[in-house]
Amino acid sequence: MAEIVSIEAALAEIEDGSKVMIGGFMAIGTPENLIDAMVEREIKDLTVIANDTGIPEQGIGKLIANKQIKKMIATHIGLNPETGRQMNEGELEVELIPQGTLVEQIRAAGAGLGGFLTPTGIGTVVEEGKEKIEVDGEEYLLELPMGAEIALVKAWKADKKGNLVYRKSARNFNPPMAMAADLVIVEAEEIVEVGEIDPDQVMTPAAFVDLIIGGEE
Amino acid sequence: MDKQQKREIITKRIAQELADGDIVNLGIGMPTMVGDYVPEEIDITLQSENGFLGLGPAPEEGKEDKDLGNAGGQPVTIKPGGSFFDSATSFAIIRGGHVDVTVLGALQVDEKGNLANWMIPGKLVPGMGGAMDLVVGAQQVIVASEHTIKGNPKILKECDLPLTAKEEVNLIVTEMGVIEVTDKGLVLKEINPEFTVAEVQEATEAELTISDQLKEMKVE
Repeated sequence: MAEIVSIEAALAEIEDGSKVMIGGFMAIGTPENLIDAMVEREIKDLTVIANDTGIPEQGIGKLIANKQIKKMIATHIGLNPETGRQMNEGELEVELIPQGTLVEQIRAAGAGLGGFLTPTGIGTVVEEGKEKIEVDGEEYLLELPMGAEIALVKAWKADKKGNLVYRKSARNFNPPMAMAADLVIVEAEEIVEVGEIDPDQVMTPAAFVDLIIGGEE
Repeated sequence: MDKQQKREIITKRIAQELADGDIVNLGIGMPTMVGDYVPEEIDITLQSENGFLGLGPAPEEGKEDKDLGNAGGQPVTIKPGGSFFDSATSFAIIRGGHVDVTVLGALQVDEKGNLANWMIPGKLVPGMGGAMDLVVGAQQVIVASEHTIKGNPKILKECDLPLTAKEEVNLIVTEMGVIEVTDKGLVLKEINPEFTVAEVQEATEAELTISDQLKEMKVE
């Protein structure tokens, strides 16, 4: 079950060179306070797994602008020109993965699976170096699970045990990432007492959550 | 014909392909315009790959919600009957064949239905985002594209840019006409009366078969 901690205590768990997955989609549902604190502490040489790199002044864009990322694993970087510039100058390594594959790799890591078979990427550069498996006459790529040391998740509400509720399209990559890291740190807008969230409305069960920050609002 | 007129013709014509009840994913950019031209009596549901069904128009100024955006991060609304879900569920909907139609742009498309729309090596590498999954998973894949780029054909015998997906495109709609991808290659089904068949073929690298029921491409 989860522990409520200060942002400083949560950040102490992230070191230079850590592999971190960060929730959000074009800076919607991104834990901005955790990112601001990482910028302030200048934690560097990070490997970051996320859908995208936000826009220059928002979301993961702030870590890009401050050159804290060594390797970026994402599905789309087109809306942050600085990411493309750093990639072309050789300052940043970027690995691009189809969105449905990336999220399922993350989910597979959290769900204890050894991988999955997807038709996405067949006949494209995505299939290079991957095993192909035929099932009922259809060809699939074997994609492997992708976990991380740390997941940074943004929730709307958390109870003190760590049950989470997300709001609108801010949910996106947050629930699968909450399953897939050794240490799951949640930034919640509001922290409520145990019992205040209807068990039927819980989107991420407390079993996945380690640390919670926030609740100031 | 200027760029805006071309885009209007293309997206108005694609809107006619949508049927009542369809679940549709529209790519960012020109494909998004298709949503503006769907006839009122046709009820479609737009899927937004970042995690919801029932994508609605942009909110009034001042009514933006920080937790609600489209796949480009722009503020949008959700319609009654819509639903939110996480990205894994979103791509179960997409890859699992539950999206009826997807409309995407193209850098290149070829006579086998191969599509390239996610990178130009050494120049532009935005990434594939959800496009590879959408093209593989959707029941019908419609390409919305200007017929040529800087006077050069985009509809080719064979794409030479990195592919988004292999042999998945069903229909190509340009300002010149409507082209179906078939086992026997590309069939020109409709033509914009502003052009001759010879002009359309001239602007297309792949060989077009002219449908024996060639129709006029009509948009209001």
